Amino acid sequence: MRIVVARRVSQGFFLLLFFWFCLVATVGGGFLQLRGWPINWLLSLDPLPALGTMLATRTLYAPLLWGLGVLALTLFVGRFFCGFICPLGTLNQMTGWLARLGRAPKDRAEDNRPSRAQVVKYALLAFFLGCAALGGLQTGLLDPLPLVFRSVNLALLPLADPGIGVVHDAPRHYEGVWWIGLMLLAILALNAVRPRFFCRFICPLGALFGLAARVAPWRIGKATDKSCGDCRLCESHCEGGCRPSGRLVISECLLCCNCLDRCPSGRIGFAGRASAAGETAVPDFSRRGAVALLAAGTAGVFSAPLWRVEDAAGLGRSPSLIRPPGSLDEERFLARCIRCGQCMRACPSNIIQPSVTTAGLIGLWTPVLNYRLGRSGCQPNCIACGQVCPTAAIRPLSLQEKLGQGEYAAAGPIRLGTAFVDRTRCLPWAMGRPCIVCQEVCPVSPKAIGVRTVFEPVFGGAVDIADAKGAVLALAAAPGTGRSFGSGDYYLRPAGFPDAAARRIVSLSGASLTLEKPLPDLGQGRRAAIVVRLQQPHVDPARCVGCGMCEHECPVSGLRAIRVTRENESRSGPGRMLA
Amino acid sequence: MTLPHKPAVTGGGSAPGAPDLRQGLDRRQFLRRLAGASILAVAAGGLGAVLYDPKGPAGVAGGKVLAGLGDFRAAAPPAGQPRLATVHGADRKAMFDLGVKALGGMEAFVSRGDVVLLKVNAAFASPAILGATTHPDLLTAAVEACRAAGASRVLVTDNPINSPESCFEVSGLSGAARSSGAAILLPRPALFSPLTLPGGRLITDWPVLAGAFAGVTKVIALAPVKDHQRAGASMSLKNFYGLLGGRRNIFHQDINGVIAELGQLMRPTLVVLDGVSAMMANGPTGGSLADLKATNTMIFSADPVAADTLGAGLLGRAPADLPYLALAQVAGVGTMDVASLAPVTLSLDKAAG
Repeated sequence: MRIVVARRVSQGFFLLLFFWFCLVATVGGGFLQLRGWPINWLLSLDPLPALGTMLATRTLYAPLLWGLGVLALTLFVGRFFCGFICPLGTLNQMTGWLARLGRAPKDRAEDNRPSRAQVVKYALLAFFLGCAALGGLQTGLLDPLPLVFRSVNLALLPLADPGIGVVHDAPRHYEGVWWIGLMLLAILALNAVRPRFFCRFICPLGALFGLAARVAPWRIGKATDKSCGDCRLCESHCEGGCRPSGRLVISECLLCCNCLDRCPSGRIGFAGRASAAGETAVPDFSRRGAVALLAAGTAGVFSAPLWRVEDAAGLGRSPSLIRPPGSLDEERFLARCIRCGQCMRACPSNIIQPSVTTAGLIGLWTPVLNYRLGRSGCQPNCIACGQVCPTAAIRPLSLQEKLGQGEYAAAGPIRLGTAFVDRTRCLPWAMGRPCIVCQEVCPVSPKAIGVRTVFEPVFGGAVDIADAKGAVLALAAAPGTGRSFGSGDYYLRPAGFPDAAARRIVSLSGASLTLEKPLPDLGQGRRAAIVVRLQQPHVDPARCVGCGMCEHECPVSGLRAIRVTRENESRSGPGRMLA
Repeated sequence: MTLPHKPAVTGGGSAPGAPDLRQGLDRRQFLRRLAGASILAVAAGGLGAVLYDPKGPAGVAGGKVLAGLGDFRAAAPPAGQPRLATVHGADRKAMFDLGVKALGGMEAFVSRGDVVLLKVNAAFASPAILGATTHPDLLTAAVEACRAAGASRVLVTDNPINSPESCFEVSGLSGAARSSGAAILLPRPALFSPLTLPGGRLITDWPVLAGAFAGVTKVIALAPVKDHQRAGASMSLKNFYGLLGGRRNIFHQDINGVIAELGQLMRPTLVVLDGVSAMMANGPTGGSLADLKATNTMIFSADPVAADTLGAGLLGRAPADLPYLALAQVAGVGTMDVASLAPVTLSLDKAAG
């Protein structure tokens, strides 16, 4: 088999595997559901999360060891990951190929001339690693695997869901996903400017592999330096822009093997020797390249601590910054999260959202809970997000730990925040209407939301009693408030006796009112007030786990009348509210 | 008139004496453009005429509005035959079979070829042992009985509060449906249509799970017995809340009114109220075994009002504590006068012995 055929087969396989892993990232046992698929394996192969979290946390989370294996192999054979595996690279290669259908080899070769701008990606890598070294992991913004997982999980698959119901029967929603989708579109569109534009100029992972490829003993190169005419066919399909016809830019060769396949005289091969036509690499460490890299790295080292100046992990945090259950404290969380969006796709409630502003600029696209979107609050019996997190920014909790049962009974349940009743918006508190949906859906047992019963006079509910026959009263005039007073929530209380027991109204038709029991000692010509029985919700902060069921279901659907904020969350000890 | 033109046109560089091709080409090209422009102009005008809207948009998007989900009641049994059965025991399958037998057997409700919809309570993603949802054993018993009576298809549906997939999966209802040969209908948006209940005050132009009833000929409701602070109790009538879509929680402002209207929305073939264990407190979510009490009772009737009237006792509540029962009775949904249904009470132990 020709090597390029093998490469295409490999690329196709990994691209399909990637789409499959995205498709099945839904909790469940069905054919198109998670079952036991290792949906993080491709992310684990990426050494940038491994390197980034190693710098940021000084530890290496076990599944990320795969990435070091890939990096180690790159040290021997060069950027095989870019050429043979990377799903974003494959998508880039395909769109670049489509954009150049029918173009002459000479024009193609022009597009593939090495460019000085290819050094930009090394500067980006240096910047990100500088950030990571001081605890602010930002690699995920441009690292191709988190990027492509995020884009497909959050922007592409939800387009296929409504109507078609490929994976979910109900549409999935993600905040600010327009930018995520647009970023993928832009990356693909840039391939019309240069083949594999993102890979050549932007990709920090490609830069890491480029550095590793410099020492690789096996590499692409010309076997002899004899002049080989001027056909440049080898460069007509060169994906990396690495000049195989002349002095090879070894760091840029991403092992597409098109040169080797297309050379009419078979001069190019993959062997354990340097190219006979000479080699170079970017950045050139002996010259300005080193300065540029150093500057970028320093910029990263300088910028990372700036978010501590904001106190974004402490008092400067937004009260709405609620992380998924099992999330580490903010500082350690940001040292690990690669913004891959796996938790957001897996969450059956669809409440894990890519933060746009909630987590600050430092936390762009990191997961935050938004109880207004989605299908319900955080379900007590679900631990999906921690199980799919590739870097343990969200720890893989057990159900027992989440619920505070068994050996975790002493620690209590994982708290995400605390619900607060907004008495200026709550129907029973502010509007004299019965409701307590929040109490109904509170999943904690005993409930964290209790009610206190009060009777309040209703507007326009003062009535004159013309005649009373037992429990049936004739009113002087029908009360005209438009409410259904026979619904079981309304009572009649003699005016001027605030302590008198109110009697439930059984029915009211016109001016004839029937009570459950006759009013005591009530002569004709007396006044009475129609009162409504209200159950007013109260939150017990010692029981509330901040799951947001109440906020999600609150019928005051705009700004909810009960809202969860991060107070009392388990993940930050100093965030405790209760003494 | 044409004379002054001639020199100007022919003077454009063509050889003298040669036929003036350019003029012919120009004219043809001009005519072609004229035709093309005319076609596009007519097409634009036609499109405008087709889509012409002289009135402007209405205040609300209109469309077909349903009036009800259907009446699925079977023919009334002969006078004197029991129309309500209470079974005591702990084995849901045996209790189901015994209760249905007391009302004339499953054949009295389901005929050969029927498509049966089972309305369960799958409101929460909570395991069966916590009693917040219809018990999977009861679902299995109902599906098997329907199939034995010749039902061609058995469907299971609910519009839960938590995410539907999770609710059906965690409650064990998906598993029970799969193993007994019923299909779960998840409440996807396409299944909802607006409905206005005739004479209704609350359910007006409101989305209901109408798509689940397509082709359905019989409906059996399977509900647990649960505490409910706002409504007093959640039993078979409150279970029909799961037929509503939208932000249905607004109806909690008149919970009794809406439950009475839900009873008019759809008339079930049979209602099974499962009080083998009752959720006495912290309902309707529960979450702890301490919330449950073994009440060892299952109630069968086509009348949800009568079933709930009896069921209230399992929670230690009086029918008068649940104002929606009287409202539903007035609306003609059923009767609180259980004795009028010639009720029978059976005990599993005695039946077995």
